[in-house]
Amino acid sequence: MILIWLIAILLLAGLLAGMAGRWSSLWPKWIALTAVSIDFVLAVQIWIRNYGRADLTGTMAWIEQVDFSWIPQAGIRLHLAMDGLSLLLVVLTFFLGIMAVLASWSEIRHRVGFFHFNVLWVLAGVVSVFVAVDLFAFYFAWELMLVPMYFLIAIWGHERRLYAAIKFFLYTQLSGLLMLIAILALYFRHGQATGVYTFDYMQLLGAPLGPGSQMWIMLGFFIAFAVKLPVFPLHTWLPDAHTEAPTAGSIILAGLLLKTGGYGMLRFVVPLFPDAAREFAPVAMTLGVIGILYGAILAFGQTDLKRLVAYTSVSHLGFVVLGIFVWNRLALQGAVMTMICHGISTGALFFVAGALQDRMHTRELDRMGGLWSTIPVLSGVGLFFALASLGLPGMGDFVGEFLVLFGTYPASRGLTTAAAIGIVAATLYALKIAQGAFHGPNRHRWALPDLNRREALIAGAMMASLLWLGLNPQPVLDTFSPFLRGI
Amino acid sequence: MIGAADLIALLPLLFVAGGSVAAMLAIAIRRSHVLVAGLTVAALAGAFGCLWIAAAAAPRRVTALLIVDGYALFFMALLIGATAAVALLGYGYLEMRAGRREEFYVLLLTGTLGAMVLAASSHLASFFLGLEILTVSLYALIAYLPARRVSLEAGIKYLILAASSAAFLLFGMALVYAAAGTMDLTGMLAAGADDILFVPGLILIVTGIGFKLAVVPFHMWTPDVYQGAPAPIAAYIATVSKGAMFALLLRYYFASGARHAGAVFLIFSIIAISSMIAGNLLALLQTNVKRILAYSSIAHMGYLLVAFLASGELAMQAAMFYLVAYLVSTLGAFGIVSVLSSAESEAETLEDYRGLFWRRPALAGVFTAMLLSLAGIPLTAGFIGKFYVVSAGASSTLWALIVILAITSGVGIFYYLRIVAAMCGSAAEISEPRTAMPAGVVLTAATAFLLWFGIYPAPLLNAIRAALSQLIA
Repeated sequence: MILIWLIAILLLAGLLAGMAGRWSSLWPKWIALTAVSIDFVLAVQIWIRNYGRADLTGTMAWIEQVDFSWIPQAGIRLHLAMDGLSLLLVVLTFFLGIMAVLASWSEIRHRVGFFHFNVLWVLAGVVSVFVAVDLFAFYFAWELMLVPMYFLIAIWGHERRLYAAIKFFLYTQLSGLLMLIAILALYFRHGQATGVYTFDYMQLLGAPLGPGSQMWIMLGFFIAFAVKLPVFPLHTWLPDAHTEAPTAGSIILAGLLLKTGGYGMLRFVVPLFPDAAREFAPVAMTLGVIGILYGAILAFGQTDLKRLVAYTSVSHLGFVVLGIFVWNRLALQGAVMTMICHGISTGALFFVAGALQDRMHTRELDRMGGLWSTIPVLSGVGLFFALASLGLPGMGDFVGEFLVLFGTYPASRGLTTAAAIGIVAATLYALKIAQGAFHGPNRHRWALPDLNRREALIAGAMMASLLWLGLNPQPVLDTFSPFLRGI
Repeated sequence: MIGAADLIALLPLLFVAGGSVAAMLAIAIRRSHVLVAGLTVAALAGAFGCLWIAAAAAPRRVTALLIVDGYALFFMALLIGATAAVALLGYGYLEMRAGRREEFYVLLLTGTLGAMVLAASSHLASFFLGLEILTVSLYALIAYLPARRVSLEAGIKYLILAASSAAFLLFGMALVYAAAGTMDLTGMLAAGADDILFVPGLILIVTGIGFKLAVVPFHMWTPDVYQGAPAPIAAYIATVSKGAMFALLLRYYFASGARHAGAVFLIFSIIAISSMIAGNLLALLQTNVKRILAYSSIAHMGYLLVAFLASGELAMQAAMFYLVAYLVSTLGAFGIVSVLSSAESEAETLEDYRGLFWRRPALAGVFTAMLLSLAGIPLTAGFIGKFYVVSAGASSTLWALIVILAITSGVGIFYYLRIVAAMCGSAAEISEPRTAMPAGVVLTAATAFLLWFGIYPAPLLNAIRAALSQLIA
């Protein structure tokens, strides 16, 4: 039942925040913060309670689950379940949710109630995606994330917000429809072969499919997730959406929405269609490596700070695709680690970019420079996150990318080499951020207020979690090891 | 001979017919807008209640002309509900305008009578009679506000095109009758297939039906008429008129086993594909909200035909569910247009909607829900409907059709979002009239149904199954 509560709290608090916004601009913030914090505590509690349980093995290693009849006429059930992988991503969701609410505390001044309604509902959608194991429910949640995100970008975004919002919506919706067709094809193929018409993940595992149809259905899923992740060449919506979104929107997009793509590949694409995935792996891995290099090079070429950070996501998530399709223990551990750490470090970079934009009203690196002399703390924080993003040992991203490379080496040395070059390229863009914005002379004579207490809290929490993940990744790796044992 | 049981089965029809006569007499005695509107809603409510009495007598063949079975009663319920919604929307809409308002309701009731006859028809004669009662009422309704020139233009346009399409229909019926030797729809479809006159006749009938449904290539009139007609009447054309025609088509398409005939399947596939493509692409070019809704309704008929072309019971369920979702969302969307229209002009340009979210959050929220339902986004009935249509297509392996459906409906998102985006834009200095209470009831009910069917569709699916289990043809 706790899974229902995790989602229901967000949905109800969203409605409440929306209504409270009519009378006060303060209440919605507190309602949102309280709701997400309660959920965070609940999720962490589930984690602590189940940590190190040895009885969980295999893909059926559900820690929590609920299963209700929903649309019995079509064999649709409201089946939610959580295993180690879901748990980690759910905890990440609430952690970044708190950060997103805090980061927009003073940035959002208009229509505060509706803003927090959308933030809470998009979080609810993301959590539902991570725990839905009925394919219909999964698709339902997948689509549900879009609308509030669209509003976040379209209403509170920057200059070209409408363009970015519509592009985001169209890309994800169209690819989602392909996934819907794939889901239904799987449903009917499975039903015709076994006589059981169901959308349940557990029953569809190992559905008897011919090699041809398996490949087509797999591609339907893969494209939907590849757009979200994003995989080169389906990434073009991402720089626009990330750049134009308000800070909270960028944090949620980069930290969470992209992860739903990676999660989908881990949970659905490979387990449901193992043969087709194996056959397709070389293509996917190559696309991943292209993404790593291409994202890094384009990131280096940007002058808009948020756009730069957006392209680094393309690069980092290339490692995730690579790790997933190598499909060995080390690479998968790396992929999941990268997903989590990228969520925090990129979210943090967007937070820094948002804090700078709030003060300077620009995102252009050319207009910055020498900020260390006026806002030393924020600059230090920015440097820290830039280093985390380039994969400095001691921080989480390093662990993830290192494990992916480690796992890829036996599979393909060429791809490992190329991906490793991507890490070098990461140094270039990370240093570009550090040098362009914070170092050098203060040419534009900026005199700005430094971090306030609320912002320091956000930065501190994110720095601490990145260090924790980098220095002691074992608890995280342990938590999803049952998932790995199952495959 | 018509016996007592027949009369009971016909009660809903009699109630609506009686209601129109009563409304006319009431006008003759004293013109009162409230009275006539109230009388109309009461007649519709009575007819709705009688559906259960009639259901006790169903399934029953009443004379050679009509069949009253679960299927017909299900559609009658939809038609009555939609008409009541239009009447309530029309009340607030007409209240703002000068002129004679009362005859509107008489025409509405006769139109619905025709629509109900169509839903229950089993004979070429009742088919044509029902269609003409509906269409003739529509001529007058579309041109109901003579002060608006576009309204008159739309009325004339509809008159000419509908009359010529009726001629095609009649000619087709004559050919089919010559081939089959019977006017009973079921018998006719079973008997005549070998005759050379039969297929041309069928194609001419399809032309007439296609005009009513406004599918490509018979769609040309739709945007102009939707734009010109008063907003509640545009809703009426989009829901009642199309719904009734669809009920008839669905029943006999399945009954005839026509899906096995390659030519008929091919014709409908081409119509479906071109409706989806043309409807969605042309809607992209519009800046007038009523025209956008008109083109989107063309596309929606295309989606419905996809469900319809899939075979089996799942296909019928999908088509009926989709139709319900479409009716609810379309009524809601046109409902918003009509409550925002002022006495001088209709709220039809995108400019009229700019910043609506900040001026009238409730109305904008309802409109967003309706548009998202038309776009097929979760939590709304439209999502479940689209899901069912795609799954009906997938079950019959109509891959080409459902891929086109997916792509074109993806394109469709764009124009729905344009309206939503306009509503979240910066507030313009426009003041809308206050929403009349009856219209508020309609909008609230439409939103409630939309969410109910979108979140927990099981009861509606049960009702559809029950209706289908009693289908006789």
